[in-house]
Amino acid sequence: MNTEGEMTPVNEDIINSRDQLYRFHGGLVLPGHREVVASRPLQAAVIPPQLVLPLKQHIGEAAECLVSPGDAVFKGQMIAAPRGTISMPVHASSSGIVIAVEDRPVPHPSSLIAPCIIIETDGKDEWGEADTPLPDYRQLPVERLLQRIREAGIVGLGGAGFPTQAKLAHRAPKGIDLLVINGVECEPYICCDNRLMQERADEVLEGVRILQHILQPRHCIIAIEDHMPEAEAAMRAAAETVAAGNLRVVRVPEIYPTGGERQLIKVLTGREVPSQGFPADIGVICQNVGTAAAVYRAIVHDQPLISRIITVTGAGVREPGNLEVLIGTPFRHAVETCGGYSSEVDRLLMGGPMMGFAVTTDEVPVIKTTNCILAVTREEMPPPVHARPCIRCGKCTAVCPADLLPQQLYWHARSGNLDTAQDYNLFDCIECGCCAYVCPSHIPLVQYYRHAKAEIWTQEKQKKASDIARRRHEARLARLERARLERSERLAERKKSLSGPAEQAIDAKQAIIEGALERVRKKKEAADLAPKNMDNLTPEQERMIREIEARRSHKDRPTEH
Amino acid sequence: MAFHNYSSPHLDLQDSVSLMMRHVLLALVPGIACAAWVFGWGILINCLIAAVTAVTAEAGMLVLRRRPAGETLIDGSALVTGVLLALALPPLAPWWIPVIGSGFAIVVAKQLYGGLGYNPFNPAMAGYVVLLISFPLELARWTPPFEPMGLQDTLALVFTGTLPAGLTIDGLTQATPMDAVKTQLGLNVTISELSGHGLFGHLGARGWEWINASYLLGGLWLLRFKVIQWQIPVGTLAGLFCMALVFYMVNPDTFASPTFQLFSGASMLGAFFIATDPVSASTTPRGRLIFGAGIGMLTFLIRTWGGYPDGMAFAVLLMNMAAPTIDHYTQPRVFGHRGG
Repeated sequence: MNTEGEMTPVNEDIINSRDQLYRFHGGLVLPGHREVVASRPLQAAVIPPQLVLPLKQHIGEAAECLVSPGDAVFKGQMIAAPRGTISMPVHASSSGIVIAVEDRPVPHPSSLIAPCIIIETDGKDEWGEADTPLPDYRQLPVERLLQRIREAGIVGLGGAGFPTQAKLAHRAPKGIDLLVINGVECEPYICCDNRLMQERADEVLEGVRILQHILQPRHCIIAIEDHMPEAEAAMRAAAETVAAGNLRVVRVPEIYPTGGERQLIKVLTGREVPSQGFPADIGVICQNVGTAAAVYRAIVHDQPLISRIITVTGAGVREPGNLEVLIGTPFRHAVETCGGYSSEVDRLLMGGPMMGFAVTTDEVPVIKTTNCILAVTREEMPPPVHARPCIRCGKCTAVCPADLLPQQLYWHARSGNLDTAQDYNLFDCIECGCCAYVCPSHIPLVQYYRHAKAEIWTQEKQKKASDIARRRHEARLARLERARLERSERLAERKKSLSGPAEQAIDAKQAIIEGALERVRKKKEAADLAPKNMDNLTPEQERMIREIEARRSHKDRPTEH
Repeated sequence: MAFHNYSSPHLDLQDSVSLMMRHVLLALVPGIACAAWVFGWGILINCLIAAVTAVTAEAGMLVLRRRPAGETLIDGSALVTGVLLALALPPLAPWWIPVIGSGFAIVVAKQLYGGLGYNPFNPAMAGYVVLLISFPLELARWTPPFEPMGLQDTLALVFTGTLPAGLTIDGLTQATPMDAVKTQLGLNVTISELSGHGLFGHLGARGWEWINASYLLGGLWLLRFKVIQWQIPVGTLAGLFCMALVFYMVNPDTFASPTFQLFSGASMLGAFFIATDPVSASTTPRGRLIFGAGIGMLTFLIRTWGGYPDGMAFAVLLMNMAAPTIDHYTQPRVFGHRGG
């Protein structure tokens, strides 16, 4: 059953048999906590008095603000433009007046404050002039559709927030074998995709058809986890209306983190996305169901991404439910729509309990990647207990979906052996949290991995900076050398013009001697620059040497100037 | 409202080290009960002395090392070490035997290396081997199965060395079946000739087979509740069984049968409770199989040709030494990487 990730050539048919599913290593069966909320129909959220729209709600460059305080904006108006290829515009989610462009708290694991456009809504919710809807998208060139998806500001709504157009444009050399529509929603508590599929199956399906049209994949699978039979039935019914032989709805077993792109592709195809690679490398592209619906709205109705469906839940919320909210709605407002806080909330999370992060204020707005607001009480999720020593029980290894050795990673990350941690493939960790969940010693393993990754990135950045500094230092030495040579040449020239032929001969001799001396000096300098004992060094030693050199060149510069 | 900023994941299985240790102790109950049935009160007295010593030594060391004692004592790991060591000891061992063994296990083999999680050797087996090498006579005080001494006689012998009237220590004790078989085979007596000596039961050694079966039961329970993983016990038993099978097939008259090997001595206790000590064992899934198989095979070798009655303790310690190397060479293929 398990093919152990053998890499079959891309052109070979990616779906071997119609019903075969595969397993990835590890994973967890988690308590769902979503039965009640999943049965609650979508509710349209009230327009909040203020919308807070961060300029960066996606992976990549922040957008460039196009409005200033005092400007009146319409619903759907682009108020910030993309900067660079991996960037996305931001649109006004409702009509009103821009009252400020300033730094505000945004949803971010480290409680970041970032530039936002603040709109005071006027309650009219007036659309601006609509661009032409493109219901006959089949007649249009793909580039036009991609452009529209980009203009609509659509990013992956499953959580990562990668610009959708960039993902779709990143074509595999041999085309796309499989388009996966991810309706797995494997994290506990969250059921926004579930409701979306139940209530708007036709929108999702139309979006899928557009994506199919753009990518022309050989196969398309809508994957749904087995805890949402209603959503699956709705999608199947919708899929039946279009007689497309290469589109299938597939039920996948409920194992966290099947919703992870790489895990889902493994489950469906038995193949593994190469480490550090992209799904497109093996001919697969994965899109969230919410993204598909957003694509449909953008193409067929010319609606930019200004709202999304979120689950507001947890024991700290009085009437948990699923809301369609405007992007930019503060968390507090969304919670109030759900009856407000029911009791003392200990932590407020964006996203699910496994990979979501805590926010420290409910002023933060719903952004494009917010799929869940989870207000939990102390009883529901007690604060972390004191960590005990690792007893190497290996439970973390057994559940790791990336097949890593979490306790070894922890050991090296904790003791600062960052190179060894990388040897143990630290960067293949997807931070799903399975290891920390099962750890009987309650070690916050994921936190250690995050710290180690951040530390390595910082070091690499520093190394890059020091490399640049060294190159500049060397360029400066060369420049000084050149200046001296030119000066001595000029001097010699003048001497020559002032003196007679006899002296000229001596000068010529002198010049030869000086030239030789110069060469010796240069050689010496070169030798000084390239230190000895540099053969057969371990990468570790090389790195240390480079760091020392970098520090030296940093230190040297000011005294020389 | 103030919201706390904790790091993900926010869910927790509510498992804990102390829970695991309690499960291990619970799983030992049938084995301990059975051993007490076969060998009498001495087994329970050993357990009690070793457990008290272990916990006291742990507390003392934690105080000396200026570590918070409460939390660590509650985890029960010292208790487990003490009990496992006691279960390797003969029923009529004098009281200072479990004291020295358990004390060495905790003080030297565990705490001096840094405490729970840092010991390279299985503490219980380290303590046992120290006793075995230093006090071979006291460690040979096994009674014949199903002829247990009374509580008072046992207490008197264990704590004061007073023998019941008219009895010598040699009269009370008897070599374990495993030891006897080895000695007899060494004298060119064949297995079939030995079968009349009352050494053999249905599967393994008489009396011992029941104890082993009880440990097997407890071990399966641990597997069922995922306190231990299958690789080490399966590796150990398979290693032992295969080695025994090969030699048994070559000459069934000079080598004990594979089932005798599995159901005698410390086989089941070792495979499920001792070799599975996670701290000193290999941690990769494949590594654990190799680690277990190594223990099983070494146990057979030491039992058959070594100078000691059983080989489990030495086998475990030897494989403890090999664990880091095994781990290094058995890293699993990481998702999305080529090769194995």
